[in-house]
Amino acid sequence: MEQLYLWIVLAPLIGAIVAGLLGKVIGRAGSHIVTIAGVGFSCAASIYVLNYLLGGGEVYNGTLYTWAVINNISLEVGFLVDNLTAMMMVVVTFVSLMVHIYTIGYMKDDPGYQRFFSYISLFTFAMLMLVMANNFLQLFFGWEAVGLVSYLLIGFWFKKSTATYANLKAFLVNRVGDFGFLLGIAGVLYFFDSLDYATVFGKVEAFAATNATFDVIAGSEWSAMTVICICLFIGAMGKSAQVPLHVWLPDSMEGPTPISALIHAATMVTAGVFMVARMSPLFEFSETALAFILVIGATTALFMGLLGLVQHDIKRVVAYSTLSQLGYMVVALGASAYAAGVFHLMTHAFFKALLFLAAGSVIIGMHHEQDMRKMGGLYKYMPITWITSLVGSLALIGTPFFSGYYSKDAIILAAGASDLGAASSYAYFAVMSGVFITALYSFRMFFLVFHTNERFDEHTKAHLKESPLVVTLPLILLAIPSVIIAWPSAGEMLFGDFFKGAISVASNHDVLAQVGEQYWTGAVGFALHAFLSPVLYLALAGVGTAWFLYVKRPDIPVALEKQFKALHTLLSNKYYFDEFNQKIFANGTVLLGQKLWKHADQGLIDGVMVNGSAKSVGLAARVIRHVQTGQVSHYAFAMIFGLVFFLGWLVF
Amino acid sequence: MIALSDFLVVSALLFVIGLAGIIINRKNIITLLMSIELILLAVNTNFIAFSRYLDDATGQVFVFFILTVAAAEAAIGLAILLLVFRNRRSIEVEKLDSLQG
Repeated sequence: MEQLYLWIVLAPLIGAIVAGLLGKVIGRAGSHIVTIAGVGFSCAASIYVLNYLLGGGEVYNGTLYTWAVINNISLEVGFLVDNLTAMMMVVVTFVSLMVHIYTIGYMKDDPGYQRFFSYISLFTFAMLMLVMANNFLQLFFGWEAVGLVSYLLIGFWFKKSTATYANLKAFLVNRVGDFGFLLGIAGVLYFFDSLDYATVFGKVEAFAATNATFDVIAGSEWSAMTVICICLFIGAMGKSAQVPLHVWLPDSMEGPTPISALIHAATMVTAGVFMVARMSPLFEFSETALAFILVIGATTALFMGLLGLVQHDIKRVVAYSTLSQLGYMVVALGASAYAAGVFHLMTHAFFKALLFLAAGSVIIGMHHEQDMRKMGGLYKYMPITWITSLVGSLALIGTPFFSGYYSKDAIILAAGASDLGAASSYAYFAVMSGVFITALYSFRMFFLVFHTNERFDEHTKAHLKESPLVVTLPLILLAIPSVIIAWPSAGEMLFGDFFKGAISVASNHDVLAQVGEQYWTGAVGFALHAFLSPVLYLALAGVGTAWFLYVKRPDIPVALEKQFKALHTLLSNKYYFDEFNQKIFANGTVLLGQKLWKHADQGLIDGVMVNGSAKSVGLAARVIRHVQTGQVSHYAFAMIFGLVFFLGWLVF
Repeated sequence: MIALSDFLVVSALLFVIGLAGIIINRKNIITLLMSIELILLAVNTNFIAFSRYLDDATGQVFVFFILTVAAAEAAIGLAILLLVFRNRRSIEVEKLDSLQG
């Protein structure tokens, strides 16, 4: 098996290297064949691995290569393959494979075709390294590598200035998060003397019992566990785009759509959720950190969803929806329902990738027009895209029997059952209202794009047709798991012991067990329970409102916009986060830099230290030179005087 | 017999006169050379006095060498003096200060 794991990781890397370095030689077809072959192999092998583990196969935890040993801390490359990893591997490689196929159609005329395939294969490699890591160092490697590829791909069309601005922004904001993450890892290394998951998790209980504290700011004692967990979570906030580090994700939509689907919806942005779930043995020992996670997640889930209501760019609506759903996952983590978070990660990967690819298909049909105000009535022209989008939207809003329902309802119930004081109540309120908001923006988009009157010009209409098979096939292949994936897996993953050994929950935090006891009576029973809970009715109300506002009476939104001008301005400016960051952080940094340059660089280093030492030598010389009179008699006198002095010293 | 200390006093006087000649003299390089001769003579006197007193001829051998070297030195010094005068039209010590810092 060890060989197989190695090849699962290496296959996409080989594809990426071949397509990237030999792209000109093997041509366009050659590069997509080689990368798809690599990812296809990984996907097939991942499914085999998952199947093997489900069939009672052994969990693999081993080191393949020791890079260096420093003071008994070994830096290693190793794999940990348990159920959690295997599930992530399948999700990553499957979505990646779909996106590879889709890209053949989407990037058909792009001059950077080979480069694109090379990047997405490289991404798959990096993501697999991240999820399969068995130590913090390799996790960090994967973490940074996916960030790098994300940077490269957001700026894929590097001649567009908005794209280069967006990728720089993504990179910088992620750096803030990564700094926290690095501090967290440093904390783990400091207190546990190891970077290996198994060793650290083995020591954590004894460590937590000591209630170790240390001074973060001089004079205040902080619990070491809480600080480590919050630092690690700050990393997750950057990668998984949680408030206030979410600002890069909407801008990342400047990249090509397949990337938005693969990296900024399905896989990379969920790395934070995966990481927290993987670190669950640590997080379980800090209720403060969990409450913090809960509040951040709930804020993201509710307030980012609201932003989706005022966007006109089809991809940005889906992007805000992604932010909101990531908020849901983080709420699940905060409520200690790690399994629900990871389960939502999986279902979300399928239906959000589907929605993004469908949006991409619409964009192809509209000749790269992304403004929803210029669409409408597309269902006649693009039936497959229409149906698959409907499936994706229904899954997203949590319609019973769709996969999204199981994961989302589990999160809502878990948030309700969680017991972390005010944070829990706030989170429950946020995810509940989030349901209505989700339904509203999803169907606002759906109606504006596929129904209502046609708002595009004749020229576009003449060319408007369904996208080719390479585009629609991934849509169909993603629509299937969006509907059915939860039926066989929900029971095992949420309430069963699918994650046994991979995720650990303290018995007094185990909200999912409570939820399962109360509500779980098999997949059908759980879905029927929806009709008794307010969640379904909130979602229905959302769809109804969307239909009423955007299909029946499109004049009302316009009137509302005028009526609540202040609110609308606030929303369309995204709560002024960008302005705030620009004013305070960007300008502040520039100002600080200028001050440092003027005073520290030019003043202290150049002025005092470099030129200053030269000047003081000159000054000393100017004084001492007067000793050299050039008069022989003076020299003679000095000589004699010296001689007498030393002789006197010698004699007496 | 003249005591050793008398020789030493004479030689010390000679030495100090020579030294004063070097330090006080501001005008003439020739006086400078003469002062140096005086100092050398003071040293020679010491040598001879000690040689006689200790009954050891080595000191007198030294004096012969020193006299030879002093003669050569006086010759070179005067030659330099001539060149200095030719170039600068002056042998004033105070004006020879091109080494001033």
